[in-house]
Amino acid sequence: MNYPWNWKIFFAAEPGGTGTYLQYLIVGLGWTIATALAAWVIALVVGAVIGTVRTTPLRWAVRLGDAYVEIFRNVPLIVQMFLWFFVMPELVPTGIGDAIKQMPPPWGSYIPAVLCLGIYTSVRVAEQVRAGIGSLPRGQSMAGTALGLTLPQTYRYVILPMAVRIVLPPLTSEFMNIVKNSSVALTIGLLELTGRARAMQEFSFQVFEAFAAATLIYLLANLVVVFGMRALEAKVRVPGFIGAAPGAGGH
Amino acid sequence: MGPGFDFDVIQRSLPYLFRDGMTFTLTLTFMAMVGGIFFGTLLAMMRLSSIQPLPLVAGGYVNLMRSVPLVLVIFWFYFLVPYIGAWLIGANEPVKVGAFLSTVITFTMFEAAYYCEIMRAGIQSIARGQVWAGYALGLNYWQTMGRIVLPQAFRNMIPVLLTQTIILFQDTSLVYVISVTDFLGAASKVANRDYRLVEMYTFVAVVYFIVSFGLSVLVRRLQERIAIIR
Repeated sequence: MNYPWNWKIFFAAEPGGTGTYLQYLIVGLGWTIATALAAWVIALVVGAVIGTVRTTPLRWAVRLGDAYVEIFRNVPLIVQMFLWFFVMPELVPTGIGDAIKQMPPPWGSYIPAVLCLGIYTSVRVAEQVRAGIGSLPRGQSMAGTALGLTLPQTYRYVILPMAVRIVLPPLTSEFMNIVKNSSVALTIGLLELTGRARAMQEFSFQVFEAFAAATLIYLLANLVVVFGMRALEAKVRVPGFIGAAPGAGGH
Repeated sequence: MGPGFDFDVIQRSLPYLFRDGMTFTLTLTFMAMVGGIFFGTLLAMMRLSSIQPLPLVAGGYVNLMRSVPLVLVIFWFYFLVPYIGAWLIGANEPVKVGAFLSTVITFTMFEAAYYCEIMRAGIQSIARGQVWAGYALGLNYWQTMGRIVLPQAFRNMIPVLLTQTIILFQDTSLVYVISVTDFLGAASKVANRDYRLVEMYTFVAVVYFIVSFGLSVLVRRLQERIAIIR
């Protein structure tokens, strides 16, 4: 293999004039995190609501929740990204649509990317929340009813406080997924970490250095999330309950 | 969707979308599924092996694949495969590998990590006594695995393997990033040529939804039918 390795490339200036390639990639990581965090907020709020609603005895609400989950689970993320970026501005009233299209970069792709990732991940959050609530002994909600609490009160004071502690640990692996999935936003022009590694490869022709650096940064981010997750898991564990259900494949 | 929605552009491009695009997507999905399950099962056997470096190597590979985004993996293999090819046949220049072969290798290697975790759970769900019984009968490792453990592990895991395949089917749309004409790529080419983005991308979403949702309903039915009542 005669590939011209050049690890010093990271300290060379990138053509955009914002500094070295290393700085260029670090800013990319910043965008990855900014996208993931903002989308995470949407995913948590929407997912918690949908997931809770799907456990209530309200038939129509459960149906609606099911439909929401099926729709956003069965369309590939990149296609959803295109729907938010290309299609959504055409479907809303012309004034709003034009305003969206004229947003200066990177906001023009950042906002659709956040909305898309948030909604996409909310489905997975909803599934976890529903499973968490489902794992509670039925006696808990019955006890609530026996005490004379209304349905909303039972959820507010009995079920949800328990569900939060059960659901939080598996949710952290969903957070890692949102970090990884934010790379799909490069298809709508958001220069996050993977997008910048790709751009660096195009500018400098140092393919493997650029992707190795991005891989390393993702691995480090993964490590941080895993350690944060352990600490959180220990903190929220409900005494008397065996640890929450493990994510697929994990221990 | 106002009156401006142009159904005609979809109808005109149907042959192209399905004959070129969907055929690519389905072939890629199928080949990556077969390859992914094959290598995934080998990886799972390595992870559960007691021969020392094997669990470490397989575990490292699986964790690496599961911590980086698929888009990055697609880029990696897209540029790496020509060099690996050159190294394999001892050429000095990177070998030209077609888009199809490159994506099949990428998805096989990536999904193998995910199929591995499913197969590992499947193998671990088999009672230990069965392995001992196999050895007691004088079977060696490969015979015990091939005739006793794996057939049962596969049967138990069929629904999960198929669900992962539906995810794989959706994931193949990411080959868009290396400009391959899969179903989404074909639709995107028509969309940009005729400036019909709304129509084409909505249509793509509907088709993906129908296929994925239909398959997941089938998997659920299958799950009910093949469940072993214990």
